[in-house]
Amino acid sequence: MTLRRLAWPVVVLVPVAFLGIFFLWPVTNILVKGFVGGRLWELLHEAVFWRVLWFTVWQAAASTALALVLALPGAHLLARFHFRGRSLLRALATVPFVMPTVVVAGAFIALFEQFGLNDGAFRMRHTVWALLAAHVFFNLAIVLRTVGSYWEGLDGRVEEQARLLGARPGQVFLRVTLPRLAPAVASAASVVFLFCFTSFGVILLLGGPTRATLETEIWRHAVWRGDMASASALAVVQLGAVMSLVLVSNFLQRRRGGREQTRLDSRPMPSRRLLGANLGLLLVALGLPVLVLVERSLATGNGYSFDNYRALTVRVTLLPVSALTALGNSVLFAVVATALAVLVGGFASLVVVYGRRSLSHFFDFGLMLPLGVSAVTLGFGMLVALDAPPMDFRSWRWLVPVAHALIGIPFVLRTVVPTLRRIDPKVRESAALLGASPFQVGRLVDFPLAGRALAVGAAFAFAVSIGEFGATSFLPRHPDRLTAPLALFRLLGTPGDLLRGQAMALAVLLMVLTGLAVLVIEGRPSGRGVVRGDF
Amino acid sequence: MLRLERVSVRFGQNQVLNQVDLTVASGEVLVLLGPSGCGKSTLLRTIAGLETPAAGQVFWEEQNLTAVAAHQRGFGMMFQDHALFGHLSVAANVAFGLRIAGWGVGQRQQKVAELLELVGLVGFEGRSVETLSGGEAQRVALARSLAPDPRLLMLDEPLASLDRALRGRLVNDLGQLLRGLGQSAIYVTHDYGEAFALADRIAVMDGGRIARCGRPVEVWADPQTEAVARSIGHQNILSLDNQGHCVLGRLGGQAGLVLVRSDGLRLAPSGVAARVVGSVFSQGRYDLQVEVGGQLLQLSAVEPVGLGDSVYLAWPDDAVVPLVASADG
Repeated sequence: MTLRRLAWPVVVLVPVAFLGIFFLWPVTNILVKGFVGGRLWELLHEAVFWRVLWFTVWQAAASTALALVLALPGAHLLARFHFRGRSLLRALATVPFVMPTVVVAGAFIALFEQFGLNDGAFRMRHTVWALLAAHVFFNLAIVLRTVGSYWEGLDGRVEEQARLLGARPGQVFLRVTLPRLAPAVASAASVVFLFCFTSFGVILLLGGPTRATLETEIWRHAVWRGDMASASALAVVQLGAVMSLVLVSNFLQRRRGGREQTRLDSRPMPSRRLLGANLGLLLVALGLPVLVLVERSLATGNGYSFDNYRALTVRVTLLPVSALTALGNSVLFAVVATALAVLVGGFASLVVVYGRRSLSHFFDFGLMLPLGVSAVTLGFGMLVALDAPPMDFRSWRWLVPVAHALIGIPFVLRTVVPTLRRIDPKVRESAALLGASPFQVGRLVDFPLAGRALAVGAAFAFAVSIGEFGATSFLPRHPDRLTAPLALFRLLGTPGDLLRGQAMALAVLLMVLTGLAVLVIEGRPSGRGVVRGDF
Repeated sequence: MLRLERVSVRFGQNQVLNQVDLTVASGEVLVLLGPSGCGKSTLLRTIAGLETPAAGQVFWEEQNLTAVAAHQRGFGMMFQDHALFGHLSVAANVAFGLRIAGWGVGQRQQKVAELLELVGLVGFEGRSVETLSGGEAQRVALARSLAPDPRLLMLDEPLASLDRALRGRLVNDLGQLLRGLGQSAIYVTHDYGEAFALADRIAVMDGGRIARCGRPVEVWADPQTEAVARSIGHQNILSLDNQGHCVLGRLGGQAGLVLVRSDGLRLAPSGVAARVVGSVFSQGRYDLQVEVGGQLLQLSAVEPVGLGDSVYLAWPDDAVVPLVASADG
């Protein structure tokens, strides 16, 4: 009992302190700077601001619509048919999860170079089409998984009944299937829209200097011009927009929650034409960028070799350290960020599940808040808030993993809390009646039962950290502590073949590292729901 | 010996247990019987230390346990849905309490083997608990709760989730096992068949109180209240008018309820005329439902009678017992 009395305040206070210093304080700073300076009201009268806002909304909406249209046939195929290559298609749909945004941008740059789309009649480089293509690539998988698995759960006999009543296949889809799918489609759409709305690395690298969204504008004002007042005002707008989008998205996901559960005994084989067209489309959309990326990383002036990978050990003038050192930094930061996210997220999960009701609600809400703030806003907030005493963290090298951990904590909570809640209280009571103290119950029952979920949450945190670009790009830089995504960004931003090969090799390595984390997530059943787009 | 003194439990405004007094002697099997929602599971959880009483005391011998945590009481509990540890094997489930108590590996293995033999699961050590049938899981749960030699074992409707045939067999096994071990036990059920098969004493609960407590034969013969009578399976409950009359004649001196026990009621060459409206042949006897002046009565008989037959009923005086009516009828 004494141990419990000592331990509980620590369990409660660690998340409170972490969140308070590194999240709430920066966000409060943005709000104060944004509102108090009066820059916000000026901004609302500037045409440039409205152009940026319109483009942000427009490109997100267009990306969402395209992703939905392109993914629905594939979702149908996965949900209703049995065919060889079904598991291949499923595996393929996890590919984009393996790719940090900067890597996706790299893959598309490689794609454009490979197919001569940098100029000419079909110029893609620095057009809005490049953005849309990359966003669709990213988000196809979310739609495929969210809608596909929901569709699989729908009772197919309802459609058969409609057919028997005389409806043509098209009518069945429009009048029966689509309305039934609506909750899943709306939920997937809201998530995709949110991702595209807060897209940062892809827009910087593929959109060219003239395309600006709220995220890139915050960055340009803060990092290039040092105009913190304008950046704060923009960040306030972004904060409001993202929070509202998250609320809408959560509402739509909850509505999706109660779905029919029926298993089809037998799935028919699809027609060859349907299968061919679908698989072809998805293979090209999901596979091609990756293939080209790998190919480019191996290509040298004369044939294929690992020269580009070997070159990563050598520092180029563009970077303060070698690319491999940057990758090492990223791994170190990811390990620290994961440890922090597991510690803070694990404590917070305990409070959410076992704490008193009001405390539990407070934690559940508070630690999900980082999901409602874009990475760029978070990074910017830390930049402006943590540079003066008593919170002077400018020279603190671990600020980067702290930022990454903040983004990772909601994932830990999302995997661990439901698992802890699913443990029958009687199982715990049985352990207590067999003589186990509360601490022993935690060690011998809760931890083994929730350990898998904790591993999944940790893998998420790791994957997020390895590829994190938005927040990191704001944080005080130790030149020798450059992370791999930042190095990749600089390499990709420079035209010329010399560094392109190195950039591709670095992108492939980043992809492999994230892929390892995703393997852990996919290997554990308890992580499934999360990857399927239940963010 | 377990002793409860005026124990009350409240959930918010809801008084779930109301001043319960109860004792369980060493080696005794006490059955708590009552409909769902009468508070019997709460009483069990309060004894275990999983609920905190708003008032009253719990004693073991002369030690006051009221403020002692569940894991320090040395009581065992077996839940209806078993609550096995899904991440552990059968052997590790059974050994859990021994591990907590600090037993060595060798001793644990030996004790686990003994217990699995006791419950008829020899060779199940390495099995995952996810693969067990309902009856097997129930036996593992029993072995697990017996392993640390609890000074009191509580069983919360342990057979309710099993099918009927299995239940009948396990009730007998369980009774023999508990008596063989001399295990003090409280067994909660809503099935009066189980209660009579197992109990040294029965405590019938109603509305958060113990309405009747005694040896099975005493409780059966004189349930005292209508609610208790219905809980233990009595059905021949008649209301008397102001002069004490009912369809069977004059059975009392004033208005009220009486029970005519079915074990006393019999077919006779003469007596009160009745008509057979239901007859089920079961285990060599006929379970009859007869109708007298609009009132249905149950009895059993060896004589073969068919539907619609006219019969005469008789009963000894001591088969008629006055009852206190329940408030809610």
